[in-house]
Amino acid sequence: MTANPMTAVARVKTGHERRARYTGGVLVLLALFVVVVFGPGAYGDATFRLSRPGDAVVLGDLVVPAAPFIYVAASLLAFLGARQFLRGGVRWTSLSLGLGLALVVLAFLVWATAGNAFSLTGMLQATMVRAVPIALGGLAGVMCERAGVVNIAIEGMLLAGAFTGALVGSVIGGWGGLLSAVVIGGLFGFILAALVVTYRMDQIIAGVVINLFVLGLTSYVSSQVFSQYRGLNNAPVFRSWKVPLLGDIPVIGPMLFNQNLFVYGALALVALATYYLFHTRSGLRARAVGEHPRAADTLGINVYRIRYLHVTMGGMVAGFGGAWFTLGSVGRFDEDMTGGRGFIGLAAMIFGRWHPVGALGAALVFGFADSLQQKLALLGTGVPSEFLAMSPYIATIIVVAGLVGRARPPAADGKAYVKE
Amino acid sequence: MTTQGTLDAASRALLKRAAPGRAAFEDLVVVPVFAVIVALVLGALTMLATDVDLPTIGRSYVALLVGAVGSLNAISETLTAAIPLVLAGLGLALGFRAGLFNIGAEGQLLMGGIAAVIVGFSLPGLPFALLMPLCLLAGALVGALYASIAGWLRAATGAHEVISTIMLNLISYRLLDYILRLPTVQLSGRADPISKPVPLNAALPRLLDWIDPNLRLHAGVFLMLAAVAVVYWLLFRTKLGFEFRASGENPDAARYAGIRAGWVIVLAMAIAGALAGLAGASQVLGVLGRATPGFSAGIGFDAIAVALLGRSHPVGVLLAGLLFGALEAGGRQMQVDAGVSIDLIGIIQALIIVFIAAPLLVRAIFPWGFRRHGSEENRP
Repeated sequence: MTANPMTAVARVKTGHERRARYTGGVLVLLALFVVVVFGPGAYGDATFRLSRPGDAVVLGDLVVPAAPFIYVAASLLAFLGARQFLRGGVRWTSLSLGLGLALVVLAFLVWATAGNAFSLTGMLQATMVRAVPIALGGLAGVMCERAGVVNIAIEGMLLAGAFTGALVGSVIGGWGGLLSAVVIGGLFGFILAALVVTYRMDQIIAGVVINLFVLGLTSYVSSQVFSQYRGLNNAPVFRSWKVPLLGDIPVIGPMLFNQNLFVYGALALVALATYYLFHTRSGLRARAVGEHPRAADTLGINVYRIRYLHVTMGGMVAGFGGAWFTLGSVGRFDEDMTGGRGFIGLAAMIFGRWHPVGALGAALVFGFADSLQQKLALLGTGVPSEFLAMSPYIATIIVVAGLVGRARPPAADGKAYVKE
Repeated sequence: MTTQGTLDAASRALLKRAAPGRAAFEDLVVVPVFAVIVALVLGALTMLATDVDLPTIGRSYVALLVGAVGSLNAISETLTAAIPLVLAGLGLALGFRAGLFNIGAEGQLLMGGIAAVIVGFSLPGLPFALLMPLCLLAGALVGALYASIAGWLRAATGAHEVISTIMLNLISYRLLDYILRLPTVQLSGRADPISKPVPLNAALPRLLDWIDPNLRLHAGVFLMLAAVAVVYWLLFRTKLGFEFRASGENPDAARYAGIRAGWVIVLAMAIAGALAGLAGASQVLGVLGRATPGFSAGIGFDAIAVALLGRSHPVGVLLAGLLFGALEAGGRQMQVDAGVSIDLIGIIQALIIVFIAAPLLVRAIFPWGFRRHGSEENRP
């Protein structure tokens, strides 16, 4: 090829600029949307409660005048959009998009709460709880994809964990259930690794098949066995445990320090995975396998073993996340109870740029949208609840479309490695 | 000995590339037969593990067979179940050929189906010859539009179609719930989300109701066969089909050859969506008569399995669709006769695909089957 490197660079730049322009246009449109839709209906003040009765430290309510806030938010959005459109700052694109979406959410929240009161603390706590399975699903994805294996089967692994947690938890108690959920998650991780590493099956097909298989198996057992022996589907639930002192911090205390085992576990695993992947020798090896397996192999790293190990670990994380559905919330298993959370976890992983902390952050965004939808149904905003329920998915599409140019997957992600 | 074996495998793989027709034929015969047998055996073991006794297992497999092909009614049910699976599976197969993994058939099917229902009850005055094709067209068009959102996103921004089609599926469930509660769509006098019925002159006519009014086989079966022929022609006899296959086999080479990648992606997704929409339309116009939440009943996901099982070849998809239709129809009989939950069929289907998609695994389980097979292949 006689391609001039200069033109290649120029083309990359134009691509970035076009994306920046595109983002700018979207932000300006969002500003218009905020003014036209939220502006006319905003009367009175929106009251956000920062503490609940019985809290150790009591804060006053946060009162926001609705109409001024919405117009300020809209002008900020318009400013961000115009800046992005005219200057086309490459570095600012994702930041502006993130900031812009946050502004829209805030404006929406104020508009929906106008003339009403709303417990911010409660919603943040719910956000954290709902983010847990998504964050753990995303973390499972990070573990697998950093080692170069695409894991579409997270959904199935969550479901398997939920099922095992309920079944074993009912028989021998919560801790046993949790442990076996982790083991079963790891088992399905191992099966996925065997299919894609040893038998070189297409990674996406293998994932889809595991999802189908787990869905079939768990639905079959729950309709064939659980319907007769109800005692097998009645597991104890891990109650929340308040960390002394820290749990009393206003607003974020209940969110972070008055939760059950799964929330603490998820936070600890995210920290652990970040340290492991980016600050240890084996983490570096895993990433090397995900980026350039041939080079890693040449240096004496056993590519197959690393992939088996990390996909199994990812499965264990997903199994732990799956146990949240039964042992962490309701104590009983229902058919297909994960409801696509594994796929949202996958989106959280991409949104979080294949980084554990990023995946947690993205999961919090999804958890926020999820809990928002629940709370807004109580406020009665006139927005059809179906559209509220859709909003996290639409946000996912926007985010994946808007950020993917900058988020780069591991280079060997999804490719089978054949040792020479 | 083992070196010999791997060498054989390598040369076989080379042979497969050199003469795809023969290798594909052999893969299409030997591997699926083994896959089905192993899946049935493992299904029986699953039943054993869940405390189903041996006579019941025998009875359930007999019921499976009888329910699938044992009577005219069974054959009619099998074909009826196969129609949407084959239609949607063809679309997915076309996407696979173009290198697109479209998980969104479920959503495209729902959107196409509801569009067909709305057109049907909105224009009840039109004659059958005009209204029925119009409904199908609406289904195909809306399915195509819904799918091309994901195609466009992939082409314009690089958003991976697996994520965007999954999200579009989840959106479509909510959107369908919303549409079904609209006063113009909801059946009057009902509080639950259910659409007005499709008028008789929009419905796909039943083919065998002159023998027995319970036979549900409808004219969609011709649509299915026509779609197989059209997709075959499109994929293997047109320039567009060549562009699809070239982009799927080697995107870089295709781009250097002047094939517009973005155009191929959007068009392949749109055609896949049109076929899924058609599947939804044939389901509401031929079987259900109205739309309810989740009327797709997982057909869009089963169709992924059908497309994989059919090796993304139109004729293979037809056969795989018929097999899955038979499992579906037989599974219902099995549930009635032997009291074994129809969810077992899901396990068997998943196992079949595992063994189909990982031929190395089948070779590992049945080495004798393949050594014999291999020696036949090596014969001049």
